[in-house]
Amino acid sequence: MAFLESRREGEILGLTLRGEWNAASLESILEEQAALDLGGVRRARIYTRGAARLDLAGSWALDDLTRRLAGGEVAVEFPEGEPRSLQLVRHALYADAEARPPALREHHHHDYDPVEMLGRTTLERVRDARHGLAFVGRATVTQFLALRHWRHLRLTSVARHVYDTGITAIPIVALIAFLISVIVAYLSASQLRNYGADIYVVDLITVGVLRELGVLLTAIIVAGRTGSSFAAEIGSMKLNDEVDALAATGVDVIETLVLPRALGLVIALPLLTFIADLIGLMGGALLCQTLLDMPLQQFITRANEAIAPTTFWAGLIKAPVFAVLIATAGTYRGLQVRGSSRELGRLTTVAVVQSIFLVLLADALFAVLFLKIDF
Amino acid sequence: MAEESEFAVEVRGLVNRFGRQVVHDGLDMQVRRGEVFGILGGSGSGKSVLLHSILGLRRPQAGQVLVDGVDMAQLHGEALRAAKARYGVTFQHGALFTSLTVRENIQLPMVEHLRLPPAAMDELAHLKLRLVGLPEDAAGKYPSQLSGGMVKRVALARALALDPPLLFLDEPTSGLDPISAAAFDDLIAYLQHELELTVVMITHDLDTIFRICERVGVIVDRRMVQDTRERIVQHPHPWIQSYFHGTRAARFGKGASPHGA
Repeated sequence: MAFLESRREGEILGLTLRGEWNAASLESILEEQAALDLGGVRRARIYTRGAARLDLAGSWALDDLTRRLAGGEVAVEFPEGEPRSLQLVRHALYADAEARPPALREHHHHDYDPVEMLGRTTLERVRDARHGLAFVGRATVTQFLALRHWRHLRLTSVARHVYDTGITAIPIVALIAFLISVIVAYLSASQLRNYGADIYVVDLITVGVLRELGVLLTAIIVAGRTGSSFAAEIGSMKLNDEVDALAATGVDVIETLVLPRALGLVIALPLLTFIADLIGLMGGALLCQTLLDMPLQQFITRANEAIAPTTFWAGLIKAPVFAVLIATAGTYRGLQVRGSSRELGRLTTVAVVQSIFLVLLADALFAVLFLKIDF
Repeated sequence: MAEESEFAVEVRGLVNRFGRQVVHDGLDMQVRRGEVFGILGGSGSGKSVLLHSILGLRRPQAGQVLVDGVDMAQLHGEALRAAKARYGVTFQHGALFTSLTVRENIQLPMVEHLRLPPAAMDELAHLKLRLVGLPEDAAGKYPSQLSGGMVKRVALARALALDPPLLFLDEPTSGLDPISAAAFDDLIAYLQHELELTVVMITHDLDTIFRICERVGVIVDRRMVQDTRERIVQHPHPWIQSYFHGTRAARFGKGASPHGA
């Protein structure tokens, strides 16, 4: 064997270590040790000088062997002296008499039974919802207090967030708006053509984009883009103790980190929606021209007939509400990050999923509300 | 062969620049086998940049870094991986992986470099934990649940995971109270002696220097002045003079070791 040479002389087992006794060869060493035949052995002599190297991992394996020998009532001797690394391992492992032999230790696994899990999760969700509500309340109060003096509104910070969340999002928002109007135009044209009702494609595009699609898709893109960046930015500030540093300086964390983001997004999202509406209509007009041979003049005339004075506002008015929802979810989840980078990733995901969910939920409520009040 | 080299770490003519700012300009450093070598220098003198250059985390503008006589910059792939297993590193703030438990942190180098049965890895992690003086129940904790001193000890245990002959420590005692710092110094000295390690450490701590560093390299004027601890305190350079003989150093007497070593 490569690492362990053994000789039997009656009841005496002579063992000589060979090769590199380190972590890299540990697996083979353990195999060779397990393969040793200890039947009838009363005494073991271990010669350690033959090993080219005996580090802590190797010494741990050696300790394992001597413990196995001792467990089998075999007297262990080191004729060349006990190696120092072995003494070190033993000292580290058994210095306190309390320490159980390592082999007997077991890992603590947490097993929950399903009922307990259900209870825990429910309580956690309830607590989470309560904390979320408390956060919204605190943010609202802080916002009203901040209105007393313009200095508390942190306008520089707001401007930065309008730029980050709004201006830089224009290309992607415009592209998505264009693609959506292409999809709607194609879909409706292929259906309406069957009834000779081509002209109503214009109605579908204008009303669809202005009332719903423009603002909704913009909000969803912003939720993915900005909701995640809010959560990640504030979350990593939490991990670096920057949030604590702010609070310790006497700066209101909600006022500096949450409100400027919310305010910036409340300004940016309606502007983005306006751009999305514009691009969506332009895309629609272009598609009608190429797909249905409809002149631009006819598109504009029909569009004017299709939309009510409120159609545009019915879409735009939702944007600030969506903005508040996205900013709240993002910043709230960011502030919840604690302790580990995994939490940061998890809560960033939660922030995005929840802000998209909240946006869709709010949109559904708006749809019902607008129907009831005939807006 | 690599084993023949006289120095555990050798830096030759190192040049590091950030834009126009020159941090190192022809810096030389030699660390002998089996010694504890302290790297000193004022804030911004480039101690961490030096360490990063040695560890290959930064490519210097010029110069050579030899670890065990091997130029790390020339190694690639498997050879580089193997060479990196020959040293352990601790970072200033511990740099523990926050999403892994203490046990998993210590096992990470083993998982990456070795193929071991899980039970053996648990035992080895346990051994390293005990070696740095941590209780058994620390194994399942996450870094955020540890005190500053424990973080430093876990970082040391992780650095020792592969039983490397060479250890780099970046400010091992910063942020610890004097008693914990002294205990940590003793731990490093104990392990260095027992495991016959070569230790290279960046430190600001006069206590640490007088307690365990045999030789000291001071980065002044973009180069390194290195000598034994006893002789370096006599060096005429003004920064070194004010470092060892300033008010904070006064309690040690004129550069004499309080421990009589």
